[in-house]
Amino acid sequence: MAKGLVKFNEERCKGCELCVSVCPKKIVMLHETKLNSKGYHPACVIDIDSCIGCANCAVMCPDGAISVYQEDVEKSDE
Amino acid sequence: MKPVFEYTRGMLPEETTYCPGCTHGIAHRLIMEALDEKGLLGETIGVAPIGCSILAHHYMNIDMCESTHGRAPAIATGIRRVHPDKIVFTYQGDGDLASIGTGEIVHAAHRGERITSFFINNAIYGMTGGQMAPTSLLGQKTTTSMDGRMQELSGKPLRMAELIATIDGAVFVERVSLDSPGNVRKAKKAIRKAIEVQEKKLGFGFVEILSSCATNWGVTPVKALEWMRENMIPYYPLGNLKSPEEVK
Ligand SMILES: Cc1ncc(C[n+]2csc(CCOP(=O)(O)OP(=O)(O)O)c2C)c(N)n1
Ligand code: SF4
Ligand code: SF4
Repeated sequence: MAKGLVKFNEERCKGCELCVSVCPKKIVMLHETKLNSKGYHPACVIDIDSCIGCANCAVMCPDGAISVYQEDVEKSDE
Repeated sequence: MKPVFEYTRGMLPEETTYCPGCTHGIAHRLIMEALDEKGLLGETIGVAPIGCSILAHHYMNIDMCESTHGRAPAIATGIRRVHPDKIVFTYQGDGDLASIGTGEIVHAAHRGERITSFFINNAIYGMTGGQMAPTSLLGQKTTTSMDGRMQELSGKPLRMAELIATIDGAVFVERVSLDSPGNVRKAKKAIRKAIEVQEKKLGFGFVEILSSCATNWGVTPVKALEWMRENMIPYYPLGNLKSPEEVK
């Protein structure tokens, strides 16, 4: 299974949760305490080791706040 | 680590004024990604509408022109006539294209203008505060149909893609939706094809993009995507209605 890395541009985020709703691994959520300068709780990843780099979150982000990278690691039976 | 997704340079760094979760942002990005992948950012002239996307020219990294309400296809026609080799497109909402601008879009298609119209159908007038559009669904509550749209008063919602597809000058017509990652990826393919139709100088192209307006529908952005799936897609079926042999 490919391993992924997600980077958030927290300042651009509007806290809409579209990324949260489409992550197949359910590891994206809004930060509970942090606020950006627009006053939104920015999205973040809670368990980056589970990320598969599918880019669903970035594809649905209307505000260009997400970049996704992928590393090919040995295939597991997952 | 190889990049799988990076924000396209087709979009300028400026942040948009769109509400949280508004899929106008996705639609902008897909058109710019498609143009960038084809190396056409410097060869394209876009025409922005009146509506929430009035400031599209602040966000899209191409040459753009603003238009009066509904008149984008007429302005794009003028641009086409003096720039026969540029890629020329309009980006219009449903109040803009399917209401005040119905004459312009129908006759641009009828003349077979070699332009592409990207039609953002969010079933409402967003910018002005959520009034009923010709595309609002039966029973849909808006600020001008507070008990829900009634067929006896306002007829049934207008299916623009089907209407445009009846016109001979329109050679490419497809309806796509931005409700899910899979459908967003399909939307990008349709947008690429529509641009190819123009590159090959084949005729008028039309891509209807089902979009959300959480703010005026009065739901959360995530619920708005569900509302699209449950209510819009059944009435506005997705898929290609017309495509020339050359881009199949
Ligand atoms: C000639 C004229 N009539 C009316 C308006 C008011 N007006 C501004 S935007 C708009 C409708 C926008 O709705 P839509 O095209 O669906 O785009 P959205 O805002 O939903 O993206 C209207 C009626 C105007 N600006 N000019
Ligand atoms: S989709 Fe984008 S703007 Fe919305 S919460 Fe996620 S990162 Fe933020
Ligand atoms: S009012 Fe609707 S269409 Fe306009 S920016 Fe907000 S969500 Fe988007």
